[in-house]
Amino acid sequence: MKLDAKIPAGPLAEKWSKHKFNLKLVNPANKRKYTVIVVGTGLAGASAAASLAELGYNVKAFCYQDSPRRAHSIAAQGGINAAKNYQNDGDSVYRLFYDTIKGGDYRAREANVYRLAEVSANIIDQCVAQGVPFAREYGGLLDNRSFGGVQVQRTFYAAGQTGQQLLLGAYSALNRQIALGTVKMYNRHEMLDIVNVGGKTRGIIARNLITGEIERHSGHAVLLATGGYGNVFFLSTNAMGSNVTAAWKAHKKGAFFGNPCFTQIHPTCIPVSGEHQSKLTLMSESLRNDGRIWVPAKTEDAQAIQNGTKRGNDIPEEDRDYYLERRYPSFGNLVPRDVASRAAKERCDAGFGVNRTGQAVFLDYTFAINRYGNQEVNRLNLQDADEEKVKELGIAVVKEKYGNLFDMYKQITGDDPYQTPMKIYPAVHYTMGGLWVDYNLMTTLEGCYALGEANFSDHGANRLGASALMQGLADGYFVIPYTIGDYLADDIRTGAIPTNSPEFDEAEKAVIDRIQFFMNNKGTKSVDFFHKRLGKIMWDKCGMARNAQGLQEAIEEIKALRAEFWQDVRVPGNAESFNPELDKAGRVADFLELGELMCHDALHRNESCGGHFREEYQTEEGEALRDDTNFAYVAAWEYKGEEKPVLHKEELVFENVKLTQRSYK
Amino acid sequence: MNLTLKVWRQPDTNSEGNFETYKANDVSEDMSFLEMLDTVNENLIEDGVEPVAFDHDCREGICGMCSLFINGRPHGPLHGVTTCQLHMRSFKDGDEIVIEPWRANAFPVIKDLVVDRTSFERIQQAGAYISVNTGAAGDANQIPVPKNDADESFAAATCIGCGACVAACKNSSAMLFVGAKVSQFALLPQGQPEREKRVLAMVNQMDEEGFGACTNTGACSAECPKEIPLSVITRLNREYLRASLTSKD
Ligand SMILES: Cc1cc2nc3c(=O)[nH]c(=O)nc-3n(C[C@H](O)[C@H](O)[C@H](O)COP(=O)(O)OP(=O)(O)OC[C@H]3O[C@@H](n4cnc5c(N)ncnc54)[C@H](O)[C@@H]3O)c2cc1C
Ligand code: SF4
Ligand code: FES
Repeated sequence: MKLDAKIPAGPLAEKWSKHKFNLKLVNPANKRKYTVIVVGTGLAGASAAASLAELGYNVKAFCYQDSPRRAHSIAAQGGINAAKNYQNDGDSVYRLFYDTIKGGDYRAREANVYRLAEVSANIIDQCVAQGVPFAREYGGLLDNRSFGGVQVQRTFYAAGQTGQQLLLGAYSALNRQIALGTVKMYNRHEMLDIVNVGGKTRGIIARNLITGEIERHSGHAVLLATGGYGNVFFLSTNAMGSNVTAAWKAHKKGAFFGNPCFTQIHPTCIPVSGEHQSKLTLMSESLRNDGRIWVPAKTEDAQAIQNGTKRGNDIPEEDRDYYLERRYPSFGNLVPRDVASRAAKERCDAGFGVNRTGQAVFLDYTFAINRYGNQEVNRLNLQDADEEKVKELGIAVVKEKYGNLFDMYKQITGDDPYQTPMKIYPAVHYTMGGLWVDYNLMTTLEGCYALGEANFSDHGANRLGASALMQGLADGYFVIPYTIGDYLADDIRTGAIPTNSPEFDEAEKAVIDRIQFFMNNKGTKSVDFFHKRLGKIMWDKCGMARNAQGLQEAIEEIKALRAEFWQDVRVPGNAESFNPELDKAGRVADFLELGELMCHDALHRNESCGGHFREEYQTEEGEALRDDTNFAYVAAWEYKGEEKPVLHKEELVFENVKLTQRSYK
Repeated sequence: MNLTLKVWRQPDTNSEGNFETYKANDVSEDMSFLEMLDTVNENLIEDGVEPVAFDHDCREGICGMCSLFINGRPHGPLHGVTTCQLHMRSFKDGDEIVIEPWRANAFPVIKDLVVDRTSFERIQQAGAYISVNTGAAGDANQIPVPKNDADESFAAATCIGCGACVAACKNSSAMLFVGAKVSQFALLPQGQPEREKRVLAMVNQMDEEGFGACTNTGACSAECPKEIPLSVITRLNREYLRASLTSKD
């Protein structure tokens, strides 16, 4: 099968407009003859479901939580990018496009990224109209902040709860449609398989998580907006229930998986505290705006901190190594995530880590507190303010900007970040890889689309901060409502899709068989026991740094672990009621297959790019060494059961940007 | 530290429930409360006992899924903190901890500590939105919003919809939650066209769901993990009165 990305011809800036004009339309009266299934109600799914329903389609939407508003998008903290140029600092659609392509280390499609930048401004308009309370300046206009890998201020935010506010906006639009009866919402439902009929995706099998009932749902198209698969590492910043199941089931039935090994390890997360750890917490990248990252310059100081005889505040200024500012003077603490994460690992591996385990660096707000304090002193004209007063005023400003993050840090660690530097370490955060989609967001399964983090599309090998929210909402509000019409227009005579076909029978049977297997298996170990082991293999061998030998070992280890899982997993309870262990078992079974594919992908890509760092391929300074001659393509993997997956390549053609070694120095 | 847990167990909505006692040993103070429950559950699974069901997802205090009533208080002993953010350093060796689900007629138990909060969904579907179709919006900076209004609206919008306010209230009133939602929109210029209709519909739905009346005891706000202030209830009352007097519908 030849991959066709369906990128429209013509100049970059005109592709999307022309394409929209060329797409077939479905007339308003006919739209209600169609049913569209939307799995997932995060930013991508909720915005798509609401927008499609507004257009007149019947929508069935699904999520595994008890409310669409609880999708993991809710946890996004820092902000959302848009090329508004409200700050008059030289931003433009082209600059946002360029930053994103470069930030992704030239492994994304030009046309998609340009479209993303193009619609970004509309997203902010839409959200404000919905009542999303973004941060504002005293004049009443919208405020911006900056994020990593970028030299303009284009990030819109709502304190440290931007994802929450955006999702509540999309959720409110969704609620309006639910009330109108155009969206039928299925909470606490998990999609367990996809159904293809006559070469087209026509439905899903879902489990009602409260009653255990297995349900068949049919539609003319299925949209997967089911989020990322970072939980394959067990520990990540994702929600506990985040999973790959929906995407994986589509993959097994014909949807190719794009760049599965492209994982984002976020530099600023709260370090692991012990074996009991169930998840990791992100400290928003926006903190790098004002915080300075450092480790002690002297090994003996680092050791003293590690064994608890010294604290960060004890280290004098001249003995600190602000390693990002040292290595990357022009971007400093605002280098992209992959670069910042690797630099932290490098310092910690060299013995300069700053907690018991040596796996942490400092993120220090002393300077910011001081700077803001002095600004306030000037603003309020307090000539005789002493040091304490400056600090107090500075803390108040920091509190307003980042208060909820600082509170969260204190809750988790017991340390007060206003008084002592925070400790942070990189953690798995986001997956750039996902289902391969064409320009219309359709997977290789006809009628099956993937949106948001679930697709592979716009971030290449590294995602810049504040761009996932942008992409999710772009896909849902402004792309799919247009592109889906082109597909559905040909389906006008199909009528309702019956759910009593052999294809539905077969898919349902497979789902039930698997559930029965879990319930009847006489194993001895819990699901988490296996999940933790998988996570460790992935983190050690397919994590921040990878090499061929480790990846080969990982593939064998995962195979063995998978066999052990099927033999020895124990799932208590029954299948006819609420049973979270059963839900987990299904998810981990899929992670155990995905993990292997990720290792194959990482192993075959003999270069380093973005978050994919192969130790064998680095520059003398330890930066990622790309190989554009051989690897400027998207790796799209085809599922082959027990056999090795088959690689298909989508060559990336760069007509507008010049591929250069990324430099943030 | 070693702890004794008294946990509410209930197989499903229609069955009777009761307390079971479990030991939680070797608990580290760095664990979160839910990680402590994870280890208890791991042991139960090993012993062939069905683990305790509880709701959770983000584990960082933002999704609003977690919902435990701990020692008589929703989300436990700390102020302004969700269950998932509560850490074991708030407890000491030998403590007995009683863990129950939210208790309110409008939140029936699904299993053990998991309750059904879809009544909150229906209240929001009744009117917690601004009717604007995708693509119809003008430029975002067209209408300036005074910073104070925007900040206050945002503060109300940080409600995570957890339901602790209802669980804390002796009348199981949902006024804090509804007040937060109504305030968010009422404070913004974008929320004005549907201002009256919204509050009437949401209050009506709230009553239909069987939430109790507000008698101004303030337990809701005191226990709210997002510290939503009681002033949102004052505003809700004012909005409701205003709408009742002026609504043309
Ligand atoms: C802590 C954190 C902070 C972040 N901060 C930022 C930020 O500041 N800026 C930014 O741009 N990005 C940020 N990101 C990334 C961004 O939040 C996510 O990439 C994005 O929100 C994903 O949205 P989504 O709609 O694709 O998926 P999600 O929001 O993850 O939604 C997935 C949906 O799918 C449903 N689902 C999943 N599987 C199934 C199934 N099998 N059956 C039924 N339903 C299913 C879930 O119920 C849910 O509704 C952050 C991410 C994290 C984890
Ligand atoms: S008002 Fe507070 S307690 Fe009530 S649902 Fe919202 S966040 Fe929870
Ligand atoms: S689990 Fe999300 S708020 Fe507690």
